[in-house]
Amino acid sequence: MLSEGTLPSEDAQSPIMGDPGASGRFGQFGGQFVPETLVPACQELEKAFRSAWADQEFRSELSTLLADYAGRPSPVTECHRLSEELGYRVLLKREDLNHTGSHKINNVMGQALLAKRMGKTRLIAETGAGQHGVATATAAALFGMECRVYMGEVDIERQKLNVFRMNLLGADVVPAMSGSRTLKDAVNEAMRDWVAKVEDSYYCLGSAMGPHPYPWMVRTFHEVIGIEAREQCARLLDGGVPDVVTACVGGGSNAIGIFSGFADTDAELVGVEPAGGAAVGRKVPGVVHGSKSYLMQDEVGQVLEAESISAGLDYPGVGPEHAHLADIGRARYESVTDDEVVEGFQLLARTEGIIPALECAHALAWMSRERESLAGKTVLMNLSGRGDKDVAQMMDVLGR
Amino acid sequence: MSEIGKFEHALRARRESGGKILVPYITGGLGDDWIETLHAVAAAGADGIEIGIPFSDPVMDGPTIQEANDRALSSGATPQSILAAVRESDIEIPLAVMTYYNIAFRAGDTRFATDLADAGISACILPDLPLEETGSWTDAADAAGIETILLAAPTAPDERLPRICERSRGFVYGVGLLGITGVRSSLATSAMDIATRLKAVTDKPVLVGVGVGTPEQAVEVSTVADGVVVGSAIVNRMLSNAGPEGVGELVAEFRAALDAG
Ligand SMILES: Cc1ncc(COP(=O)(O)O)c(C=O)c1O
Repeated sequence: MLSEGTLPSEDAQSPIMGDPGASGRFGQFGGQFVPETLVPACQELEKAFRSAWADQEFRSELSTLLADYAGRPSPVTECHRLSEELGYRVLLKREDLNHTGSHKINNVMGQALLAKRMGKTRLIAETGAGQHGVATATAAALFGMECRVYMGEVDIERQKLNVFRMNLLGADVVPAMSGSRTLKDAVNEAMRDWVAKVEDSYYCLGSAMGPHPYPWMVRTFHEVIGIEAREQCARLLDGGVPDVVTACVGGGSNAIGIFSGFADTDAELVGVEPAGGAAVGRKVPGVVHGSKSYLMQDEVGQVLEAESISAGLDYPGVGPEHAHLADIGRARYESVTDDEVVEGFQLLARTEGIIPALECAHALAWMSRERESLAGKTVLMNLSGRGDKDVAQMMDVLGR
Repeated sequence: MSEIGKFEHALRARRESGGKILVPYITGGLGDDWIETLHAVAAAGADGIEIGIPFSDPVMDGPTIQEANDRALSSGATPQSILAAVRESDIEIPLAVMTYYNIAFRAGDTRFATDLADAGISACILPDLPLEETGSWTDAADAAGIETILLAAPTAPDERLPRICERSRGFVYGVGLLGITGVRSSLATSAMDIATRLKAVTDKPVLVGVGVGTPEQAVEVSTVADGVVVGSAIVNRMLSNAGPEGVGELVAEFRAALDAG
């Protein structure tokens, strides 16, 4: 069912979410703040991506992989019982049903195919919840590449299941032991690896962040979420669009993917951050991990450690395009507490028989809290992943 | 062309006298006696000193400098405390600060450049601010009289090196290997290569750093380069509590080796 037309194309992009150009800027945000050693690699990557994306053969190979291997398109589910409970109409974009269990596979299939095209033989990735690591390990197995995944020591503990999955898939999982020992530190280690092995290694970055061209390239690979959802909503809503489109925001890849399908409509776009990792919420600009964006930091510029129940959102920064969308008022960003997330997690399981990942339980938590202000509306939420990986952690949290 | 600043002036003077340039790196705020260490390093024959202002996420640094950063930060070091101590120190040889761009960006480019100048710092290295992103920083630094030292890496294509050299002030920092800071058992061939390539396109002093960890390696690369930056080897000494004297001794060994050639 997936045709060429369901993959993102230039003319499907709305002007506000367009090509950030050679300097990789989204308004005042973005850029390429990397060590000199990596500048040629980033430039080469941009060139390779532009040429691949203009190549119909690459596009159709990717769309075949997404359909026949990853299981796209993912459905949109009308949530009758949850809608009744919340008092408004809820639609879920089911990225949890993709192969490997989250939206991350869209980006990884694109980047792994690009890495192959560039002649790279080794993939490097960082991971928080382990979903991006699992997706990258999966692609490496599929394409016969070597794979190393950096993961904070704290996250290795709370997402053990995914560590085991990565090992089964043949990846080498290396603990990041510095700083907060979470996602931020895993990114540092991945960048250090890349600096040393830039000639044969491809850094498969897992969110819409990092130096140009990553924020734009990762968004482009996830636009498939928004394009499908736009069509699916049109069918369900008599040609209309939802009133609100919402998604959780860590680095911001699943959110940017679904937002891109609705940026040129009057749907309200709402990103939901964890209270302990609300980079956009705090609105302080900074530069780390290759780009200028909003960044949690102290008064002299030391990056603060995020704190969240969800390993995938436990990150003090955010992708630069989200900072820009917030800046121009096209999207707004709300935050929820860990307690609200635990409730959101259970709410979906109880009412719809779907156990969500803790990351997207953030969007559910916001939807539940805002039931009064959302009354009567139609809300499309990106269910970015399934919660199997979180079950052991939730057994502890819920004291069972 | 801009005027030659204090840092570059001192380095050129050493080169013109037929000597090789030695710029040690020390982590600012590491230990109570780090200012004494600064004096000891100057007295041991350094031509200039790089002072690291610790940053929470040093992506260009290996385990040694990461640990030094962490220790300095947890003992309460801040950019302000480090600069205040430098201002009081009365060191005569030129000083450069090395930190990551967010520290400058957070303060504001102009404010940070002015703070450096007020503390008596001559130059600044921001390893995550490559040529294409230098604009707003170099405007502020130039205005405050701060020399911005740019890095040139082995991965740079030939056409890129002259552009880096053109914009760099103080010296041109040749990155000796593909990788992060740290002591290696031998000098990478890329160290000689980058020195050769840079010397072919610039008259500015060319120093090689990253992976230059022993006096022998310093001598070897200085057969082509004008001199070296030595970081992790020095910081290792600081971390092992060698004290200002112990660090000074190591710097003196590098000086003696370079002078003997
Ligand atoms: C299911 C799921 N959703 C969301 C995220 C957060 O990433 P992003 O903000 O890039 O979508 C993760 C990251 O691990 C995830 O696993």
